[in-house]
Amino acid sequence: MATYSTNEFKSGLKVLVDNEPCSILENEVVKPGKGQAFNRVKFRNLLNSRVWERTYKSGESIEAADVMETDMEYLYSDGEFWHFMKTDDSYEQVAADSNAIREAINWLKEQDTYQVILWNDSPISVTAPNFVEMEVVETDPGLKGDTAQGGTKPATLSSGAVVKVPLFVNIGDVLRVDTRTGEYQNRVNK
Amino acid sequence: MDDWQPGASLSTLRLRAKLLASTREFFTNKGVLEVETSTLSRFGTTDVYLNSIKAGLGSVSNCGELYLQTSPELQMKRLLAMGVGPIYQICKAFRDDPVTSLHNPEFTIVEWYRPSFSMENLMNEVEEYVQTVVGCGKILRFSYQEVFEEKIGLNPHECSLDEIQKAAHTHLNIGSKDLRFTEYLDLVMSEVVEPNLPEFCFLYDYPECQAAMATIEIDDHGNQIAKRFELYCKGIEIANGYFELTDPIEQLGRLTSDNIERSKKGLPEIPIDERFFAALSAGIPKGSGVALGLDRLLMVMGDFEEIDSVLSFSIKRV
Repeated sequence: MATYSTNEFKSGLKVLVDNEPCSILENEVVKPGKGQAFNRVKFRNLLNSRVWERTYKSGESIEAADVMETDMEYLYSDGEFWHFMKTDDSYEQVAADSNAIREAINWLKEQDTYQVILWNDSPISVTAPNFVEMEVVETDPGLKGDTAQGGTKPATLSSGAVVKVPLFVNIGDVLRVDTRTGEYQNRVNK
Repeated sequence: MDDWQPGASLSTLRLRAKLLASTREFFTNKGVLEVETSTLSRFGTTDVYLNSIKAGLGSVSNCGELYLQTSPELQMKRLLAMGVGPIYQICKAFRDDPVTSLHNPEFTIVEWYRPSFSMENLMNEVEEYVQTVVGCGKILRFSYQEVFEEKIGLNPHECSLDEIQKAAHTHLNIGSKDLRFTEYLDLVMSEVVEPNLPEFCFLYDYPECQAAMATIEIDDHGNQIAKRFELYCKGIEIANGYFELTDPIEQLGRLTSDNIERSKKGLPEIPIDERFFAALSAGIPKGSGVALGLDRLLMVMGDFEEIDSVLSFSIKRV
């Protein structure tokens, strides 16, 4: 089993903590002048996104997690799983469960490319691109001439996500949305 | 390349020059002699938690393998043995430590020795020095036991390994198993006690297992305590001092047990510096000594978070 020593710790490193895959966010060494050095490590658990700290004696090793980040195309959902395909011409498919899809669920669009984290070859998290373009399927009628300022209203996108949009937006408009904040950016010409 | 530039600004370089000048002035006024010793030594440190940097000399000088000093302590004590009287030195020390915001492998210290001074006498002088160069007020003093008991609820001189292990785990999420007693002390001190210390303070009377080169005495409660002190400024460890161990037999015992501990940890054993041991046997006067980190003191003076900001060229720029 591959391991990493504390002196290899750096942000982004994928390790197994309590048998769960984690990504190192921060690694700080504490060293008294006369005494043992310790690494104070902040992790993100890749299964549940929980962030926490743990301290290790410097020089110790922890197990590496077989975690791979890869780009995959979203194909479809069968209601229980969300299916993705590798973009490396292997046509290999994986099925993400509702936990793995949790952060991308609002931003899924068939044939778009997503970043999928595989742990022991199974998807554990899916990240949408920073910006997606999606069609409005439901919103109050647009107000002509009100293109400049003031007011917002809710609009439902094809993925089911609801975003705040300016009053001039109509059903059928394609919008560019920032998936990190869920904020409307602009209308895109069809 | 745009990292040719120094980490320290021009005003910080001036502050450093001023600190060096006022340090020399302070000791000159006190009649303490400035000395220089060799940064190269035939012996590395035996300290379990310090790693010497090797300076492998080539075939030309024919000196064999040498080490850069982790501190000038042993050679300065050889000067004390010849009867030099009170001495100080401003020099570089070298340690193969992890590089952090507080650690550069090469750093500047002022180290001084005061024959006939008690630990309290020397703490007074350290306080006077820091007040002179930093301009701070009175420096509070707490025993190690006092601050430890307040935060951890245990007497560090009496508690068992089991008790300190339990206490450490209630305060911290620890990934390592089976730390040594002294390592639990280090961990809870750095992570729980130190962050809550006042801006300027001394800790004194350390647990016996952390005596390093300090004498061990029995206190009023019958506990073995090390006559060692540390100065903390703004949460940073600045100085470490001892009422010095002068008994050659006890010193030899400690260096030997360092090496036993080193081999348990899979670290190389380090030969004991015979010339230092011979000087101790010849006799050094009872007294106190202290090493104080000048780079870190500059960080305190200029309110810097990174040691890189007070050095011309830290390790990432050399």
